[in-house]
Amino acid sequence: MPKRHGAQTVLFSNPVGITAAASIVGPKEGEGPLAARFDRIIQDPMFGTESWEKAESEFVKTAAEMAAEKARLSMDNLDYIIAGDLLNQSTGSIFGLRETMRPYLGIFGACSAMGEGMSIGGMLIDGGFASNVLCLASSHFCSAEKQFRFPLEFGSQRPPTSTWTVTGAAGVVLNNAASGQAITGCTTGKMIDMGVTDAHNMGAAMAGAAADTIVTHLNDTARKPDYYDLIITGDLGYVGKELLLELTKKQGHNIAANHKDCGIEIFDKDTQDTHSGGSGCACSGVVFASHFLEKMKSGELNKILFIPTGALMSPTTVQQGESIPSIAHAVIIENIQKG
Amino acid sequence: MNMSKKEYGDMVKKASPNSKIVANCIKAFAVGGTICTFGQGLYALCGALGASRDMQGMLVAISLIFLAVLVTGLGKYDDLVKFAGAGAGVPITGFANAVAAPAIEFKKEGYIMGVGAKMFLIAGPVIVYGTLSSMIVGLIYYFVR
Amino acid sequence: MDYIKAFIIGGAICILGQILIDKTKLTSARILVAFVVLGVFLGGIGLYQPLVDFAGAGASVPLPGFGNLLARGVMEEVDRMGFIGILTGGLRASAAGIMAAVLFSFVAALVFEPKAK
Repeated sequence: MPKRHGAQTVLFSNPVGITAAASIVGPKEGEGPLAARFDRIIQDPMFGTESWEKAESEFVKTAAEMAAEKARLSMDNLDYIIAGDLLNQSTGSIFGLRETMRPYLGIFGACSAMGEGMSIGGMLIDGGFASNVLCLASSHFCSAEKQFRFPLEFGSQRPPTSTWTVTGAAGVVLNNAASGQAITGCTTGKMIDMGVTDAHNMGAAMAGAAADTIVTHLNDTARKPDYYDLIITGDLGYVGKELLLELTKKQGHNIAANHKDCGIEIFDKDTQDTHSGGSGCACSGVVFASHFLEKMKSGELNKILFIPTGALMSPTTVQQGESIPSIAHAVIIENIQKG
Repeated sequence: MNMSKKEYGDMVKKASPNSKIVANCIKAFAVGGTICTFGQGLYALCGALGASRDMQGMLVAISLIFLAVLVTGLGKYDDLVKFAGAGAGVPITGFANAVAAPAIEFKKEGYIMGVGAKMFLIAGPVIVYGTLSSMIVGLIYYFVR
Repeated sequence: MDYIKAFIIGGAICILGQILIDKTKLTSARILVAFVVLGVFLGGIGLYQPLVDFAGAGASVPLPGFGNLLARGVMEEVDRMGFIGILTGGLRASAAGIMAAVLFSFVAALVFEPKAK
């Protein structure tokens, strides 16, 4: 049976198991509605280091160790580590993983990192090139503000469309012997630019990419939205969700009934002042690794389409007036019978 | 999908909530007014201590800048701006905040390329365009006075 | 009475800034620049000083007041020094404010650590 289906989708010959997942977050996420779901909540946003960048790397390092431990693997058993973050030259991932001494694939897909990592990891395993792959995604509110916006102490008002970068890291271990939760395929997104130039409205910029990937996925696989218990986007937030539902509806797929967004789930917008919701590579990563994966383990969910979304801009392109290209990578995750 | 950027822009505008402009303006008025009234009190104080008019102006500016930098260092000035917006951003204290914030944030990159180079990251343009426009005013004044 | 005038005029200038923030999506850095430049030109044509005379700190503490100071400084310097005053006047008038910001911010960088939000 061919693995490629339609324009952008691959379906694996053998499901790729999700052996373990670890989530570690900062204090604000630890006050949110998903607090009880996370593996670890670190109260010190500096995580015992002396800079935000080092702190983010510490989150990555800890998530990697926790994920490997939960999978009962030593680092030496990992054939590949795939990691992505938001900082220049992948600072968070590289400096968190430089001592692992394992084959490393650094990726950049902005906040879609976890989707990109799990897609590549899944293909590596299904292709027979690896047995164990660790996928990581991280972000840190303070390092992101410092790089993309203003120094933290500088006063500015965040517009209601803005999102709050999640502090944390998630690690997902993929394995060739599937049982329980498994990746059965993925739809790799293409870059979509809807002409949005407002860096304070990333939900609007990314909604187009999310809609494109979802519609392409459904067409490629000839599935209906209700094939999935949930269609879960990464960090569109309230503004992006509204636009996504409208865009997909216009293309003949109504996903309103079973759509969730990790950026909406992670914070309580009324008490946490997070405006449109959470964002950042860690947002989809930690919400999937804790909340949704647990729901699959309990059997509450059996089939999900997980679609981390990324806004592919830099401070330079924003200053040069460029619009924001965006991307969304869909990963199919299903409960499969043991055996 | 067939949708022009203009069409999508209209959709985005509809989906994006607006800032609560009336409430924001009331808060800006209250906090901005309070900072200026406090400045007025400092003028009176300096005057009572016998400072000349020009000296009063300088002392008030220096005092307000000092206080704003202190509050910035304590990590509270951004909270004030979050609440009051332009009410805390437009007074000279907002300028002081714009200088102190990057100085503190970028100390991790060292005192030369961090603090020294980044101190005027936000406020630099204010100095550049303020002084340049003062030169235009000076030039015109030189010929028309 | 001076205090009421300072409050109302100072507050009103801030409202103007707030409307710019909420309506134009200008970044705060751009608004700071716009206000100072506005103050310089209003000061240059002699329109800002009457507001300062009327409202005191209400007009001198907001950033257009800083611009007005630059304009007044450059004109006084041109009177005193002639042509070269065009070059020296602005910075001379604003030196106290700029140096206070540099000094205090440097000390703040020595003393304080960045804080998370």
